[in-house]
Amino acid sequence: MRKYLFLMLMLVLSLSLGAASAQEPVTIDWWHISTETSQAAYWQQLADAYMAANPNVTINITVLENAAFKQRLTTVMQAGDPPDLFQSWGGAVLWTYADNGLVRNIAPELEGEWKDSFAAQAALELFGQNGEYYGVPVSWGAVGMFYNKSLFEKAGVEIPTTWDEFLGVVQTLKDAGITPIALGEGEKWPGHFWWVYLATRLGGQEAFLKAYDRSGSFTDEPFVKAGEYLKQLVDMEPFNAGFLGMTHPESEGVFGNGEAAMMLMGQWAPDAQAQYSADGQGIGDDLGWFPFPAVEGGLGHPDDVFGGGDGFAVGANAPDEAVDFLKFLTNEENQRGSAFFLVPVVKGLDDVFADDPVMQSILTARDSAPYFQMYYDQFLPPAVGSAVNDAVETIFAGVASPEEAAQAIEEAAAMELSQ
Amino acid sequence: MSISRFRVLSTPYEQAQTDRRRRQWDKALFVALFTLPGMSLFFLFVLIPIMQSAYFSLYDWNGFGPPTKFIEFDNYTRLLNHSIFQTALVNSFTLMILSLTIQLPLALSLALLVGRGKLHGKKFFRTVLFVPYVFSEVITAIIWRYVLSPNEGALLNALLGAVIPNFQPVGWLADRHTVIYVLFAVLTWKYFGFHMILYMAGLQGIPADLEDAARVDGGTEWQVLRFITLPLLGSTIRLTVFLSVLGSFQQFVLAWVLTNEGGPVNASQLIATYLYKFGITQLKLGYGSAVAVVFFAITLVFSLGYQRMIMRRDYAAN
Repeated sequence: MRKYLFLMLMLVLSLSLGAASAQEPVTIDWWHISTETSQAAYWQQLADAYMAANPNVTINITVLENAAFKQRLTTVMQAGDPPDLFQSWGGAVLWTYADNGLVRNIAPELEGEWKDSFAAQAALELFGQNGEYYGVPVSWGAVGMFYNKSLFEKAGVEIPTTWDEFLGVVQTLKDAGITPIALGEGEKWPGHFWWVYLATRLGGQEAFLKAYDRSGSFTDEPFVKAGEYLKQLVDMEPFNAGFLGMTHPESEGVFGNGEAAMMLMGQWAPDAQAQYSADGQGIGDDLGWFPFPAVEGGLGHPDDVFGGGDGFAVGANAPDEAVDFLKFLTNEENQRGSAFFLVPVVKGLDDVFADDPVMQSILTARDSAPYFQMYYDQFLPPAVGSAVNDAVETIFAGVASPEEAAQAIEEAAAMELSQ
Repeated sequence: MSISRFRVLSTPYEQAQTDRRRRQWDKALFVALFTLPGMSLFFLFVLIPIMQSAYFSLYDWNGFGPPTKFIEFDNYTRLLNHSIFQTALVNSFTLMILSLTIQLPLALSLALLVGRGKLHGKKFFRTVLFVPYVFSEVITAIIWRYVLSPNEGALLNALLGAVIPNFQPVGWLADRHTVIYVLFAVLTWKYFGFHMILYMAGLQGIPADLEDAARVDGGTEWQVLRFITLPLLGSTIRLTVFLSVLGSFQQFVLAWVLTNEGGPVNASQLIATYLYKFGITQLKLGYGSAVAVVFFAITLVFSLGYQRMIMRRDYAAN
């Protein structure tokens, strides 16, 4: 009798052990930067759905504000302890992590059906190099000019299509007592949008790629001229008071409160200007969008787009479930659901912005661009990206000439890109 | 010398010597045992990292994997020639000097006022003035970002606008010439309460009869303060000067958040924010280590010098 009992106990024990190993608990640490309530709730909802379908998986979400995220991620990366899934913009920052074994190559999982599902293939390429992939985009957009329709109407101005027309609009707005442009230059990257867009219009793909592969230089004409065009604008004093010390969220507030007529910003602006406005509503239907003006005589195509998007990279020690969850995040249904704050990157979603003209024009601009210029401060190595941001800031502050700014960028590039 | 069959007893003199040696040995063991936990932590988290920094500072290293690219003293040459590092040094010294000449005297006068003056509601003021010190630096910085904002309705500009006709809102944190003084004002707001409490504690240790005696002898209030109170408060003042100087040099969090990473245009960069920005966020840890070594040398020279020359008598008194 005792013997039987013992045997049965062994049986039960071994069975339960077997079951446990099939359902081994797995934890996924996921860092994202969607601080806005409905966006954070959407990610949480997807995590909950995945956890319900996979009871052995626990997904811990850490929500961080953009600037705080960058700082914290740098720290954990130096410590060699990356999160399993984290916000990434692709480009050199991600490639640096890859070169140091801090992210996981997901090419085996990605190749085939998953990879083919992406409409924005160029975006996907920024999350990989040399046939390896470390993450995927979830949103890909374009930087462009957001404007306040009622302020434009009040000043009696039309949408400008060239840089000269644009400067004219700025002047007319100023004369009408309206702050023409909202800018949070305290964080530096919003200002680099202006300079890079001008450089892209002036020099196009060729000038950038030459400077990047070192057959050219950041002191080449388009980059110096970009500074000169920008200086023209800065000299008109078109920005909100105290823009040099202002953060990006604060400037979104200025625009969202209807205190400035334009803002050069990315696809997140429609949400951000509402989120950071005083009443939480933003400017509503007054929001319009137009592409960055063409520059007369520039070598870049006027339809070239500067921008980037968001994606998630997979940390080096991430479990297989993290990759599977990432696949789940980017399936057609979940991408469709996320279109209220992201610009989807997978196929079959051309109709998502049918009733949102602003987002529709961003999507069209993205998909019809002959050349897509990625954010410099993500595409280039951190020290160069940071030098770009710092140098452009000196133009905004009027403390350095366009030549000096270009020179400062070139110095960093010469040191970092030659290796 | 023949080998004795008997064990030779030690003489009383030898015995005493052995005892003393044993006592000394015991004492050394005792000291070693009790300092071991502290010393091992000190080695692990202070000495070794300092030596590592010195080693890393000779490399061009991005912090991933072991450093391999040896560049001798290039990091130091670049550092000393970098204009923003010079700005950071000047700013750190400016904060230090302003702290000593404005913040500490302010704290001292308030301590005299609410600590022993005949002011009504002393306790209330004492608490209120100490409150800013209780806030974390990040919270302080964020509160002040709101207060100083040039946006419509922000506190400081609104107040000034109400008092001064035709007042145009000022971007207090946007002017690279004044941002360091704005930073100092906020630092003072946060830290004078701390120094005030130290002074108040010091004042309590001064016997009232000494001051009374001076008054009886015909001393004016000013003379009592100048010749009795302040000299007796000397050790506290020397301590607050020490803390204040080191505090100005080490300031990071509040400056980082308040000024957006040392902006505008790096005009409010301090040594510590410079280290973080140009070392860590740009993934140049070799360079950052060189900054850290220079930073360490400055504070070490000051600390040792100050303690040996100025605070020595305070230690001797104990």
